[in-house]
Parts: sequence; structure tokens; C-alpha cells
Amino acid sequence: MGRAETLKALRADAAAARLAGLSLPQGAAWANAARQGALALVGAMGLPTKRDEYWKYTDPATLTAGEAPQAALFTPDERPVFDGVDRLRIVFVDGVFDPEMSDDMTGENLEIERLSTAMAKDIHWAKDLYGRLETEGHDPVERPLAALNSAFATDGVVIRATGKVRRPVNVSYLHRAMHSDAILHHVIRVEKGADLTFLENGPAAARLSKVMEVDVADGGAFHHVRTQGRDHERRAVTGSYARLGEGSTYKSFTLTVNGRLTRNETIIHLTGDEAVAHVAGACVGDGKDFHHDDTVFITHDAVACESRQVFKKVLRNGATGVFQGKILVKPGAQKTDGYQISQSLLLDDDSQFLAKPELEIYADDVACSHGSTSGAIDDTALFYLRSRGLPEKQATDLLTLAFLAEALAEIEDERLVDDLRGRLESWLKRHR
Amino acid sequence: MSTEEQTQVKEGVDQNTVDAVQRLSGKYKYGWETEIEMEYAPKGVGPEIVRLISAKNEEPEWMTKWRLSAFARWEKMEEPDWAMVNYPEIDFQDIYYYARPKSMVEKPKSLEDVDPKLLATYAKLGIPLKEQMILAGVEGAEDLPAEGRKVAVDAVFDSVSVGTTYQKELKKAGVIFCSISEAIREHPELVKKYLGTVVPASDNFYATLNSAVFSDGSFVYVPPGVRCPMELSTYFRINAENTGQFERTLIIADKGSYVSYLEGCTAPKRDTAQLHAAVVEIIIEKDAEVKYSTVQNWYPGDENGKGGIYNFVTKRADCRGDRAKVMWTQVETGSAVTWKYPSCILRGDDSQGEFYSIAIANNMQQADTGTKMVHLGKNTKSRIVSKGISAGKAQNTYRGLVSMHPRAKNSRNYTQCDSLLIGDKCGAHTVPYIEVKNNSSRVEHEATTSKVDDDQLFYCRSRGMDEEEAVALVVNGFCKDVLQALPMEFAMEAQQLVAISLEGSVG
Repeated sequence: MGRAETLKALRADAAAARLAGLSLPQGAAWANAARQGALALVGAMGLPTKRDEYWKYTDPATLTAGEAPQAALFTPDERPVFDGVDRLRIVFVDGVFDPEMSDDMTGENLEIERLSTAMAKDIHWAKDLYGRLETEGHDPVERPLAALNSAFATDGVVIRATGKVRRPVNVSYLHRAMHSDAILHHVIRVEKGADLTFLENGPAAARLSKVMEVDVADGGAFHHVRTQGRDHERRAVTGSYARLGEGSTYKSFTLTVNGRLTRNETIIHLTGDEAVAHVAGACVGDGKDFHHDDTVFITHDAVACESRQVFKKVLRNGATGVFQGKILVKPGAQKTDGYQISQSLLLDDDSQFLAKPELEIYADDVACSHGSTSGAIDDTALFYLRSRGLPEKQATDLLTLAFLAEALAEIEDERLVDDLRGRLESWLKRHR
Repeated sequence: MSTEEQTQVKEGVDQNTVDAVQRLSGKYKYGWETEIEMEYAPKGVGPEIVRLISAKNEEPEWMTKWRLSAFARWEKMEEPDWAMVNYPEIDFQDIYYYARPKSMVEKPKSLEDVDPKLLATYAKLGIPLKEQMILAGVEGAEDLPAEGRKVAVDAVFDSVSVGTTYQKELKKAGVIFCSISEAIREHPELVKKYLGTVVPASDNFYATLNSAVFSDGSFVYVPPGVRCPMELSTYFRINAENTGQFERTLIIADKGSYVSYLEGCTAPKRDTAQLHAAVVEIIIEKDAEVKYSTVQNWYPGDENGKGGIYNFVTKRADCRGDRAKVMWTQVETGSAVTWKYPSCILRGDDSQGEFYSIAIANNMQQADTGTKMVHLGKNTKSRIVSKGISAGKAQNTYRGLVSMHPRAKNSRNYTQCDSLLIGDKCGAHTVPYIEVKNNSSRVEHEATTSKVDDDQLFYCRSRGMDEEEAVALVVNGFCKDVLQALPMEFAMEAQQLVAISLEGSVG
């Protein structure tokens, strides 16, 4: 059997194992059709194995296993993130909507409802988006886990912003059961000139699969800030699919603290001229059981668009950080400004950083650059701080925070920056 | 010809650059053919052909067995498809695996006995197979010191080596420089000890095929403490139609030795594509140093992508001893498809690997090239500088790996890849893999022109240049350094490259 056939057989086996325990949720005709379509895609593609080039540095086995591996619960000693922000809060506990803890789903310039409600309606605008951006995202790399999500997602939120939305929408994911396996899917449409801030926080479940499809119309703006919770044993695979219209903006920041396996994929398609996409992430991990993977794929398909990727990882005690980033500039996407930086700070000798920062460029009038570095704390800087009387540990923390600062700076709301920085500081203190 | 048409280029790319690229890759000077009677093995490949090649080279049995086991493996392997290159499927049974000039059937005793047609071929290529002080007609020759420069040449014509110059003088220094077929006969102990230890017979599809059917190539052994008294060079020429060239080069630099090795290659213009699958293995022992330079100028095909050489090459250097050093320099201008990743295994502590590359792809050419730096020893250093230039409808990809193993403490890598696109129909791509498994090592990968030496920039600016001019000057100056490191043989082609600036370059 040739390599291609072997791979295909392995993928089919993985899909069969995962699909065995699942059944398609039922809804309106269009929703059922979308789910069937997604299921057909999974059937055609199979599910990934570690022999896939796209999964070179992260083993997807526990993400495709029939049953979610258990994850112990963790009780944080801090107040929940975003608590200080006036927001519309929606809560999912182990992937199940919790009406008690959630706010009323109403707001100015805002239409919001649960995915399960929307998918039961015969006529709904989400029909044109659900599973669509995800499907388009399979070219040129297949991402079957996202298709699996579109087929089997049980719930999520469907949001339409029609103007400037003053109160951010916050989805909180609580984790209460050791074996929970959550599949959530959000559909978001930001209309022409509208502006929405979307906040996410929490560990969600023992295993989370989440897809978010965001369509930003001309001149719209979407701001996304997410923290992935502190449960040490949780696993998550998330996919953010965005399509950007002319002059629109998409800005996203993710903070990941702990977690056994996190794979965050971001697939952005710049389809309108002068669109802007910024994607940033910071992660801190301690121990051999920490594996964090940022996979970003940005396609420039219009003139004078700007994209920016900033990813920083702090790793210690055998933690693993992965970055796979790609800027694809299609023919004719002139005046593209693409920037990508991925850096890791290895606090000890056992940790590792694996990166594949790619550029694929088919237009000549572009300015694209990427950088990637990896190394330890700078001895000279450490020496300087110690000569000023700072104890070594404190000096190390300070330098570590300085290293992460560039990624945090991507968040526009300064209150959030301060809050997240404070959390990082206390994490570093605990993990000295 | 499409290359003659006015190419649309963006602002900031000067006409000299465009002209220089077109001069280099637009017209192919070496497309003529030598009419000579050839002897062929039957078309196609199978164990009998492998045995035949082995027999033609009068090889001992262990060598034949080695080839046959490689062939058995190859039959089970699949052609790699991960590179960003597209070409029609290769029919491996439609190629001649062995072709030699009839006049070479009886081995000539000395260079004087070689068929004058062959000597004339090399003379026409600017590589006279005469033991003379300096190659005539090379610009700048008059500036050389009075004693001149000697270069020993091994000339490979299709499947066989036609002659090697300066063998006697090299022998005096203890250096062995001959064709690999001769080495297998004359120095079996060395070949047996080293062949396949850097690029194993099972390494990859093309290397395995090469292990089975390689017909000739060069062999170099520099004994301990010897500084090779002259530069060594091999000149490869594919002449016969429908013939694949599979050469094998084995270079061994024993403890504390030094050698500089050059490689050049050309082929006639033909409408059908031809396969070239070479393997180069370099072994560098403690304190030894090897410089390996290539100007690859195989026929690139015409402007519509018809014909040209498929250049699928595996090159690897193994720094086995402490403080071993290797430097790859390559100027890639030819071939329809290039698939080539000269690599460094930095096994010895404090060993050092360098890779300097300029890859130019024009018309329908496709190049997927780069390097691998595998850091295994402590305090190892590597540096990668890659400049890719695409024009016409060409695709140019840098693909590289930097791997810091857990044991490779305090190691260092610096990578810089710049690309320049000329016209809006071509593509430039970068696919670096970075794997860092210890924290005392530093790895930097960058692809911006803003990081040129700040002091130099400051100096230029203080002399009244604007930023862009200053950057261009510094980058050009740097390029020049790499190019000047190339030996005289390549100077004429390479000097033209100096005109290429990298304004507006992308990562």
C-alpha cells in the first residue's frame, strides 16, 4: 500500500472511531442539509492523524478518539475574567446552555439567540453562513475536525450586529463534569459599519470542539478577546473562520493558561480591499503535559489589505509550544502588508518550540515579513535587574512579562490588558 | 521571446536588476550538442540494468550487492510530492540509465588519449581539460598572483568520467581525486567505509534510485592535516538524449584537513525533459573544513516550459568531529525543476555549518530549495542566507529545517531568507521548519531587509544616502561577499549577479 493510501485508510479509521458514538441533531430542513453536507465532507476526508503534514507537531489522537479522556476539575482562586466589564453574559456548562446564569438575550443593535433555536427555524439568515466559511476553509488544507463540528454541534450562539454594539457579548464556558465532551458552534455576522466585541472565557469541558464563523461586512469591525481556562487536563480544538469585506477589521487575542492540549486554528480570508486582520496570542505552560498549538492561515485576496500575526509562548518544565502560520498572497492582491512573528521563551532546558512560519506569495508589490525566534532569558538583562536589587525570580518574572507584552498590546481595551497582565503575573508567581 | 517583452515591474526595482536576471536566465548559452557516437544500456531500469552498470564499472561484488539492495528498496518507494513543484509524471522506464561515448569503452591511459571531441566539448564550455596554470578568458585572471591558481578538474560526460587533471600533483600531497568508479576499484576500503554513511541507500526516493544506478561521479579523500594544494572541481555535462544522469560524489576530509570543491553543470537544449538525480556525501572529521560551491546551470527548458532538466539532488555534509566546518554555496540558475536541500549534520561539538544560496527562477522554472541544519553537538553554529529571485511565471520556494536537539546546548542559528519578485505572474514562497528542544540555544529566523547591520546603515546614511539606498548598498555588498567566495571558474556567471539588488524584497 502506498503512502497516500495508508494515510487515507488511517484517516478513515479515525473518522469511523469518532463517528460511532455520535448522532446528527435534528432541526429545520436547511440545518439538516448543512449537517448532512458537513458529515459527507468528514466521510470524504476522514479525520486527521499524526502522519498528516498539517498535524506534524501535534498528535490529534485524543481529539479524534471516540470518548473524551477525563479531565480533573480545577477551582481557580481568582475572580472570573471579564467580571469587571459591563457585558451580556451567556453561560454554557460542559457545552450545555445554562439559562439561570445567562443574561437576557437582548441588546441595542444586536440580534442574539442560541444556535439550537436558530437551527430549528425554517427561515434564518444563519443559513447562508452555517458551515459555509468552514467549508471554504478546506482549500488548500483539509480541516476535517471543523467539518465534524459543523455536523454535530449541539449548541452555540448566533449573533447579528446591526450597528455599534455597546455591551460586549461574553460567552463563558464552565467545566463541571470529568468526562464532558462539548461541541459548540457560533455564527456571527457583523453588518456594514457595525461593531461588535466578543469575549470568551473558561475551560468549557474535558474536551471541547468549537468552531466560530464570522462574516464581517464592508466597514464592519469585530473584536475578539478570549481566555482559555486553567484546567490542567482539558483538551480543546477550536477553529475561527472569518471572511472580511472591504475596509473591515478583525482583531483577535487569545490567552492560554494551562491545558493538556490546545489547538487554536484561525483561518481568515481577506476578500475586500483594505481589510485588516490582526491575530495575536500569548500562552504560558508548565510541565510535560502542556501542549499548545497556534495554527493560522491568512489569505490575502484583495488589494491593500493588512494582516498581522503576533504569537508569544512561555514554556517551562518540558512544555511544548507549536506555531504554524501562513500568509498566502493571491495573484493580484497587490499592496499587501503582511507581518508575522512567533517567539518562544524557554525557561528551562526540557521545553520545546516547534514552528513552521510560511509565506506563499503570488503578487510582486507586497511587503511581507516574518520572524521567529526561540531562546532563554537574556543573561545580561537578568544581571542588570539583579544589580538593581531585584531577586532573581522576580527579575525573571519581569522579563517574562516584558516578553509577552507585545502580544498583549494587540488588545485595544486597556482595562482588559491590565486584567490579563495581572493574571499572567500571578500565574508566574505560582509557577516559579 | 517572452523574456524580451517589457516585464511589468513594481516601483523600486531597478532596470539593472531586471536586465541582470534576464541575462542570466533568459538565454541559455550551453544549449548546443556534441555529436559523438554513444554506447547505451537498454532503456529502463531493473536488476539487470543495475548489474550491467556495476559490471561496466568493473565493480567488486559487495558494490553490486549494495546497488541491488538499494534497487529492491526503491521499487517499494513512492515519489515525494510535498515540494511546491509540478511536473508531468516521470516514466522511469523510458530513460537510458547508462550512456558513454564509444571512445571511452577502452579507458584512455592519460588525458592526451581522450577523444579530441570530448576535449573540445569541455574547451567550448570554458573548462579545458589541460593542466595549465589558469583558465584562459576568465575575467580578472590578470589580477591573480604570479604563480596563478591551479584547479584540478574531473569531467563527467553523461554516465562516465572522461578524465581528471592534476592527479599526479595531488597524489604528491596525499590527496586522492578521481572518479568514483575508479575509487571503487582502487580504494575500496575507503569507499566501503564511507559510502552511504551520510546519505543512506534508503534515504529518499531519488537518493535510493541513485544508489542503485549511479554510474560515475567524483571521489575526494584528503588525508589528516593536509591542506589540499588546489581547488578541486567536477564539471557535469549531460549530452545524450533521453538519458538520466545519476552521479555520486563522495568527499572525505580527514582530521585537520581542508579542501575547496566546485561543481558546475550544463546540458543541451532539448524538447523533452531529462532527469538528473545526484547524491553528494561529505564527511568532515575533527578540525577539518570543506567548502562546496555549485553553479547549477542545467538547461532550464524554453520560455513555455518545454524541456529542461529535472534536478532532484540529495546533498548532505556530516561534521563528525569536533570543530569540523562546512560551507555550502550555491548559485542556482538552471533546471526546469529543482528539488535540492544541501544539509549539514552538526554532530561534533563546536562544529559549524553555513549555507549561502542564490536561486534565480525565470519563465516556467520551478525551484524548491533550501537547507537543513541539524544541531546535535554542543556549541554548534549555523548560518543560512538565502536569496530567491523569481521572474516570468516561475515559482521559487525556500524550504528549510533548523533543528536543535536536546543535547545541542549553547548552539546558535541565524537564518535570513529574502525573495524578490519581478513581475506579477511569478511566486515566491518560504517554508521554514524550526524545532528547538533546549533553551540554551538561540534560533533566529527572519526575512526582512530592515535588519541589515545597523552600523553600516548608519554610516551610509551619515554620508547622505536615504534608507532604501543604504539598505540596497549593504545588501548588495553582502551578496558580493558570497559571490566572491565562489572560485574563479564561476566568477564570470556569478559576477553578473552582483548587479541584482534586493529593493522591495519580501520574506
